[in-house]
Order: sequence, then C-alpha cells, then structure tokens
Amino acid sequence: MIDLHGYGPRLLEGALVTVELALLSLVLAILLGLVTASAKMSRNWLAHRIGTLYTTTIRGVPDLVLMMLMFFGGQIGINQITDWLYTQFAIDIFINVNEFAAGVITIGLIFGAYMGETFRGAFLAVDSGQIEAGRAYGMNHWLVFRRIRFPQMMRHAIPGLSNNWMVLLKTTALVSVIGLSDMVRIATEASKATREPFTFMIIVAAIYLLIASVSEWGFARLQKRYNVGFTEAD
Amino acid sequence: MAESPIPLEVRNITKRFGDTEVLKGLSLEARKGDVITLIGASGSGKSTFLRCMNLLEQPNEGELIVHGEPIIFKQTRHGREPADWKQVVRIRAKLSMVFQSFNLWAHMTLLENVIEAPVHVLGKPKKAAIEHARALLERVGLAAHADYYPAQMSGGQQQRGAIARALAMDPEVMLFDEPTSALDPELVGDVLKVMRDLAEEGRTMIVVTHEMAFARDVSTQVIYLHQGHVEEAGPPDQVLDNPRSERLKQFLAPKH
Repeated sequence: MIDLHGYGPRLLEGALVTVELALLSLVLAILLGLVTASAKMSRNWLAHRIGTLYTTTIRGVPDLVLMMLMFFGGQIGINQITDWLYTQFAIDIFINVNEFAAGVITIGLIFGAYMGETFRGAFLAVDSGQIEAGRAYGMNHWLVFRRIRFPQMMRHAIPGLSNNWMVLLKTTALVSVIGLSDMVRIATEASKATREPFTFMIIVAAIYLLIASVSEWGFARLQKRYNVGFTEAD
Repeated sequence: MAESPIPLEVRNITKRFGDTEVLKGLSLEARKGDVITLIGASGSGKSTFLRCMNLLEQPNEGELIVHGEPIIFKQTRHGREPADWKQVVRIRAKLSMVFQSFNLWAHMTLLENVIEAPVHVLGKPKKAAIEHARALLERVGLAAHADYYPAQMSGGQQQRGAIARALAMDPEVMLFDEPTSALDPELVGDVLKVMRDLAEEGRTMIVVTHEMAFARDVSTQVIYLHQGHVEEAGPPDQVLDNPRSERLKQFLAPKH
C-alpha cells in the first residue's frame, strides 16, 4: 500500500474542491457561451462586436496570465473602490477576493469564450427549415429556442462541449497559483514535505483521469439522448 | 363586412429582394371553402407570395387581413416589419403551413410533432391534444406511425404527417408550399389524396403546386403567376382549359 503520510484526507478534500470548481465554472461557461453565441449571431451591431471582442481577447491571452490578471488585478480594483468609498463617504469596508470565487469566474470567463464558438457553430448547423416550421406554427422566439433550436443544437454541440470540459477540468490545476487549496496544491505541499513527489502526483493524475472517464461516459449518454430521431438520418 | 369574416385577404402585396422586385402587387381573397392554386414557372414568385401570407417573408407593401384582422406594420431601419409580433404569432397559428421539405421536427416523434404547437402555442391540454392527434394520424393513414421519428418514415409519410400537424391547429386557412415536389413519383398520390379529401370537406386552402390534375380537379380558383404578377386567374376550367395568355398556353403545353 502507498504511504500517504497522513495526507489522504486532505487530498480528498482537494479533489472535492477541484470537482466543485470545475462544475461551477462549467455552468458559468455554458451560460456565457450561450449568451456569446446569441450575441455573435445577432443582427444587432453592438452585440455582435462585443461578442467578437470577448472571444478574441479571451482566446488570445494565456489562461495563466488571465487568471493572475483577474485575481490580483481584481483585488487592486476592489481596493481602489473601497478606498474611494472610504475617502468620499467614510464607509469602511474591506473585501478580500475569495480564491474560489475568483477561480470560478476566471475559468468560467475563459471557457465561456470557447463555449460561445462551440454553440455558435452548433446553432448554425440546425436546419433552417426546422426553425421556420416553428415560426410558421405561431411559436415566438423563446419557444422556438426552447423547443427546437436548443435541443437540435445540442446534438452538434456535445462533441465540442465535451472537449471543452476536459480542457476546463485540467485548467482548474492553475488555480493553485492563486492559492486555492485544490488537489494539485495539496499534492504539491505534500510532495515538498515528504520529498515523494511521484507518489502524490501519480495519485493526482489518477484522480483527474477518473473524473475524465466518468465525464466521458456521461457525455456519451447525453449524446445518445440528443441524437434521438437523427440516427437514421445520418 | 360580411357576417362571418373572410379567412384571408391579401391586397397589393409587393416584395423586393434588394433591387429585384419579385412580387409586383398581388392580391387574393380566400373565402371559406376556397381552394386556390398558385401555378407558374419557378421564379414566378408563387412560393414567395405564399410565404408573405404568414409573414415568413415580410412584404414591402400591401395589406394582409386574417379573419377580419388587419396586420399592423411599422417602418424600421430594416424596412417594413409587423408592429406587433404577438399579433403575428396569433395570426400564424390560424394559418398552418405545409412545406415542400416537410420540416417535421426531427427530434420529436410524429405524435409529438402533431401535439407540439396545439399544446405549446394554443395551450391545449396535453391529453386532449393527444386524442385529437391520434384521430388525425388515423385520417392521414399513419395511426401505426405515431411513435416513429421523421427520419424513420418515407417522404410521403412525412408529408402526410406534416398535414396532420397542420390540421391539429384547426386552421382558418391551410397553406401548401409545393407539398409534393420533394417526393418520389410513387409517393405523390397518397399525399394528393389526403389533400383532395381536405378540399372536399370544405377546408380553405391555398396551394402552390405543379400538379395540374390536382389544380383542375379541386381548385375553386387558379392563379397563374408570371414574374411576380398575375398573368391569368379564374376558375380552373377557364384558366387551365381555355387559357387566353400566350405564356400560360406555353406553360401548360405538354413538355417532351
């Protein structure tokens, strides 16, 4: 049996942080992705520009750099606001950027841009006749979206979505640099303390792999669900 | 206005795509029980005309009056648009469309397709909608196919299913956009039979078609369009059997 020098429980806690962080970031990324895709497909000029600016900026800057910018930059920004509130109105508050929230927001923002591209492509792949039939039968925009566009789009989106999720999951390792006690950070600490890096890193690797495998199974089921009715067609 | 409002009146519709005027002032009046067929070469504007009737295309000028209710338009940066989309949604629910490529929703079974708009647009209780849908599927000869997905059915079956979907709305007027043009020849007959039955029971229908036998047998009025205007219109025996226009004569002449 591998000797974890008592780090077992903490490592598990870290794994839980990793999973929570990844799932919450995923939710945020999906929401942002849907909004971004809609903005980029919109005929509204401003919405289109903002969507494009967002995806171009985020995808063009390294994740690690963005994370540090958000975390440290965010703290500086908040401090300036609280300082200003203090000098102007004598309101004394202190807000510390929470590492977990910062992690979720940063990862969500980064992957929202990728999800946006995934969703945009998937929406464009839906046959326009399907949408037209919805409109012709008196559905409003929201109903067409909910009943036709979204379920049909998902079939095209899931491969990309699944890919983004795998990358997102691994990106959570970056939050250890801003001090969040995720699995990687605890393993790093344990490695230094025990001088057995291999032991801890192989466990971390195995846990990532386990989460990835479970996800893959989940996505396969989702894909099956959204493929209903299409299997014969193509 | 008459005691019972006319199901659909169209007055002087024009439509431009860029600089090309594809509809040059078209009018039509569909009274209850009318079967109006629109014929003409491809590019004559007949499908566009039909699509203007339920505002899948926005006419640049002209009036639309559905069951006595005129559609209100406003000018925007993008051109003329309906002023009240709620009105459009309400009016579209009264005009069911049957498409050339069927457009049954691919992710739903046939039964789900038929109850979709009655339940989610008209707010009909699901149980009643299912009952009605089953009766309609029986009518179009698809009772056994209720749980099939569109991709599992032939084109003819899909189109009959699409007609059941249209009927489920209890529409004022049914709009058919070349309903048999995408079908293999041996499948056309079944679809036309269903449409003949509908005409016989007094449904108000506007049909864009190339099926001259159908136009001759069931139409109350035939309109021949040429380059966006009405070249000739009237009862089928007059328009199809004694055409006056040279173009129509050529159009109707047997192709070799």
